[in-house]
Amino acid sequence: MSELPAETAGPDESADANETVATGEATIQDPTGLHARPAVKLTKLAKTHDATVEIRTGEEGKWVNAKSPNAVMKLKAGSGETLFVRAQGAQADDAVKALVALIERDFDAE
Amino acid sequence: MIETSGERILSGVAASDGLVVGRAVRLASAAELQRTAGSPEEERSVLAGAITRATEQLEALAGAQDETGAEILEFQTALLEDEDLLAPVYAAVEAGQPADLAWIRIIDGEVTEYREGEDDYFKARADDLLDLKERVLAALHGKETAQVKLDGDIIIARDLTPSRFLELDWSLYRGVAICGGSPTSHVAILARARGIPLVVGLEDAPETLVAACPAVLDAESGRLILAPTTETLEEIGRRLRARDADDAAAQSLLGEAAVTAQGERIEILINADDPRVLAEVPVANCDGIGLTRTEFLFSDGALPDEQKQYEVYRDLMTWAAGRPVIIRTLDAGGDKPIPGVTVDDESNPFLGLRGVRLSLLKPEVMKLQLRALARAASLGPLKIMIPMVTVPEEVEAVRALLEAALSELAAQGVAHARPQLGMMVEVPAAALAAERFKVDFFSIGSNDLIQYTTACARDNAAVTGLADAKNPAVLELIRRTVEAAARMGVEVSLCGDMASDPNAIPDLLDCGLRRLSVAPAQVGRVKLAVRRYD
Repeated sequence: MSELPAETAGPDESADANETVATGEATIQDPTGLHARPAVKLTKLAKTHDATVEIRTGEEGKWVNAKSPNAVMKLKAGSGETLFVRAQGAQADDAVKALVALIERDFDAE
Repeated sequence: MIETSGERILSGVAASDGLVVGRAVRLASAAELQRTAGSPEEERSVLAGAITRATEQLEALAGAQDETGAEILEFQTALLEDEDLLAPVYAAVEAGQPADLAWIRIIDGEVTEYREGEDDYFKARADDLLDLKERVLAALHGKETAQVKLDGDIIIARDLTPSRFLELDWSLYRGVAICGGSPTSHVAILARARGIPLVVGLEDAPETLVAACPAVLDAESGRLILAPTTETLEEIGRRLRARDADDAAAQSLLGEAAVTAQGERIEILINADDPRVLAEVPVANCDGIGLTRTEFLFSDGALPDEQKQYEVYRDLMTWAAGRPVIIRTLDAGGDKPIPGVTVDDESNPFLGLRGVRLSLLKPEVMKLQLRALARAASLGPLKIMIPMVTVPEEVEAVRALLEAALSELAAQGVAHARPQLGMMVEVPAAALAAERFKVDFFSIGSNDLIQYTTACARDNAAVTGLADAKNPAVLELIRRTVEAAARMGVEVSLCGDMASDPNAIPDLLDCGLRRLSVAPAQVGRVKLAVRRYD
């Protein structure tokens, strides 16, 4: 996965006029953190979008594939931590909006 | 076949209470390597087929589970659809490894990563990967975990994964003993929730047990007895009859006052972790509420407003019908993070900002709670309890906030009353010097007092054995607190798990305690233990 920031996109990305980049962030509210059920919801939602979608915890964290439940779970994101979301591709904007909204709704916890 | 004359006793740790006489049978593990590599195409196809079958099994199983079970299985199913997780397995197969070896290596690597770090929730996800590892291996080796009735009713296994636990038909089996595991593992939680006796941490049981044989699963003391002698069976039979009699006796004592054999009256209050459970508890069974945890009010992200809090406290007062109600101010922190209240990234949360330490950093949150409590105090004997007090200044700071809240309510003409103000004794510094604190009552929080006295974190399964409630130092701190309260002329009670354990009741009464706050489900058993004390 590319670690390049959006504004200095490499030649492959800039060659495709449809590639857009979007970013967003939201705070995890569940007291247990990003546990199994929200992690699965998040990856399922990410998979419905035609874009590479990545998340990380903290400004310096490592970006991981938001479509991989294993990678998302290994973030071990705790309660009150901020999740940063970024996406690249045809549906990048929608993907980021949808994921941020899901986190803000506390994953529709019962 | 084990010789029937040779009784063998294997020791472990009781993780879910019970006593079973039956027939032990081994549940085989699929986790051994069996394949030699075929062509890469062959191995890839075998692996893909096994993953598909494992997915189908998990989905079928999830349909029949409650929420806890379903959540565990849902995560495992999602992992089998995780391309990032599977890609290196397929790559290893392409490079010539047998499918089972490739699968084991990759999953074991992931398990190691999950086990790193501090957070027990995420550490425990390693169990889910091990569970999945076993299921896919079973499919690879053609040993599906289909429902075949084993030749016995006490299951012995090297380890038992949560999904296999859920898969077993518990109308056919009556108990489990496993070599691995801990009392805090997922399987232990599932077993307790379902009332299935479980012993964990047994040494070498599967090797010992070659064929099914008569056995006793003693999940009271944590033992498995293989091929028990007639004498053992007679003794176990007596204990079984005693258990049945105890259950009946405890049931019959529910509505009675707790009185020792000498005729001394002991007050039994209940812990109201969640006021919703009170609907099923007749108030006549107890002498009031000895602990109300208010964290549940703060668990949904937003801080509750004064009116919402007041209504909850009012309902407690109504339920108690004139009996005392102790309500603890917000006790966040430690293992109970609350967004917007607790502090993140403490290296050692149990020794950090928790309980009153945190409340005094957020005085506006605490004052709002004190206002709601003072309003509800107009309805009956409500008592406010401060958690995690270490020094008298903390009590005085809360008292100042309470005075401010009372003045505000008076100025606004809102109905209220002055509640008693007391504290939990759970920090050894408070237990050793209780007379320094000007309070109306003490309540001993044994869970944290044990943790801090024995230096054993409550969330660390590896030190469960050391965190002994009956450690003489713990009992000495309880005794000193009781004696200090007597000299001061204030009430003292104990509201930790220790008060709910019938085996600990004689020790607590020996320390001089005459007021205990217990889990609602334990009221009968505790009253029975009190009755037997002389």
